[in-house]
Amino acid sequence: MNTENKKSNPWRRINTRRVTETVKKLFIKANTHLGEDVVSALQSAQAREESPIGRQVLTKILQNADIACERAMPICQDTGLAVLFVEIGQDVRIVGGDLKTALEEGVRQAYEEGFLRKSLCDPLTRANTGDNTPAVIHMDIVPGNQLRIIAMPKGGGSENMSAARMLTPSAGIDGIKKFVMETVEKAGANPCPPIIVGIGIGGSLEQACILAKKALLRPVGEKNVSDERLTQMEAELYTRINELGIGPAGLGGRVTTLAVHAEMMPCHIASLPVAVNIQCHVARHKETII
Amino acid sequence: METRKIKTPLTKEIITSLSAGDMVLLSGDVYTARDAAHRRMYEALKKGLPLPIDLSKATIFYAAPSPTPEGKVIGSIGPTTSYRMDVFTPALLEQGLRGMIGKGNRSPEVVEAIKRYGAVYFGAIGGIAALTAQCVKRMEVVAYEDLGPEAIRKLTVVDLPLVVINDSQGNDLYLSEQNKWRIKAV
Repeated sequence: MNTENKKSNPWRRINTRRVTETVKKLFIKANTHLGEDVVSALQSAQAREESPIGRQVLTKILQNADIACERAMPICQDTGLAVLFVEIGQDVRIVGGDLKTALEEGVRQAYEEGFLRKSLCDPLTRANTGDNTPAVIHMDIVPGNQLRIIAMPKGGGSENMSAARMLTPSAGIDGIKKFVMETVEKAGANPCPPIIVGIGIGGSLEQACILAKKALLRPVGEKNVSDERLTQMEAELYTRINELGIGPAGLGGRVTTLAVHAEMMPCHIASLPVAVNIQCHVARHKETII
Repeated sequence: METRKIKTPLTKEIITSLSAGDMVLLSGDVYTARDAAHRRMYEALKKGLPLPIDLSKATIFYAAPSPTPEGKVIGSIGPTTSYRMDVFTPALLEQGLRGMIGKGNRSPEVVEAIKRYGAVYFGAIGGIAALTAQCVKRMEVVAYEDLGPEAIRKLTVVDLPLVVINDSQGNDLYLSEQNKWRIKAV
C-alpha cells in the first residue's frame, strides 16, 4: 500500500530557504547583467541606426551594460518594482515555511544586500515601504515536480507609458494596431527608447495585461509563430513604430523599438481587451528552475 | 557636433548662449530632486515657508540614485521622466531655478516658463546609470532625508554629458529631431 502511494505521488520537497536564496540571486543578477538577447538586439540596432546621435546613444547604452556587468553595478538606477512569475509543479511540496513569505524575503534581501534602489511607496502618502516589498507575484500551478521562478525588475518610466483598453469587437485587428501605435507615439522619449512592446489581446481586462507582460519575457525579437495573424501583426507594427522617428533616447532616429511581441487568447463575445506593456531598453529578467 | 564644457551655477550668459541640440559637458554642483521632494517644496512655497535649498541659479537633476556601496561615491544614477515634475516646475523657476536635467517631454506650460524665466532643460540618456555615476565626484544628502532615495542630494559632477532639449528661446529638440526622422505615411 505504502509503496504504491510513493509511486503515484512523486512529491518533491523544496525548502523555502532555497526559494529565498534563488529569488535574491535572480534580482541581483537581473539588475546588473543585461541579457545576451538584449545586448545582441542593441548591437544590431546600432548597426542599422542612421542618426549620428542615435548611434552615439546606442554606443553608450552598450558601454553601460559592460560597466554594470564588470563592476556588478545596477544597469539603471531604477532597479524596479519586483515582478515575479512563479510556476509551481503540482507535485512540489513546499517545506520550511510559506511560499509567499519566502519569495518576499528573497526580494527584501536582494534589494538590501545588492545595493538596489527601493522604489516602492504607499500610493497616497508616497512614503517608501523601505525594502522594495511587496512584490507583484503571479503564481501558476503546472504539471511536474519543479518550481520555476522568473524575476523581472520593472522600471517605472516605461510602465507609466503602458496602457490597456477595452475595444469593441468591431474594432478588430485594425483597432488593436491603432491603439498600439497611439500608445507608443504618445510615450515618445519618456520610456527610454529603444523600447520593446508587449501586446496582450483577449481574456479579461487583467488577463490582457498579464499576457502583455508575459510577452516581454520572450527572448527579444523572437516571433510568435503559433498564430500567423500575430506573426504578421508583430512584423507590421515593428516597421510602423520604427517609422515614427522617435529614435534612441527620443533624440530622433530609425530605431524606436527593438521588438514587438504579441500574445493572444479568446475573450468574451462582447469584448476585445488589449493591453500594451512598454519595456525600456534595460529589459531585465532572469529565471531558474528548482 | 562639437561638445561644449559649461559650469554651474548657470548664469544668464551661459543660458542665452545655449540652443536646443547643443551637446554639453556639465561640471559643478547640482541638486537631485524628484516626485516627493518636488511636492514637498511646492507645498512649502504655498504655505510661504522657506525652501531647504537655495534655488537661485540652481540646477536640479530629476534623479534618485541606487544605494552607495562601501567605499564608493554613489550607486548608479540617471534621469527619471520629467513630465511628472511639470506641475511644480513654474513655481520653482520663479524661485530662481535655471537648469533642469531629466528625460522626456515637458508640458507647454513648462516650455513657456523656461522661456519666460530664461532657463534651460537638458536631456540625459536614461538607462545608462552605471556610466553616468562615473561623473559624480561627491554626494551629500542636504534635505528631506526621510524620503530615502528621493531625498534632496547635492552632487558635484564633472563632465556630465547632456543635450539641450528646451532652450530659453522656446525651441524643442525632441520635436525637431523626431520630425526629421519620421517617415510620413503616404
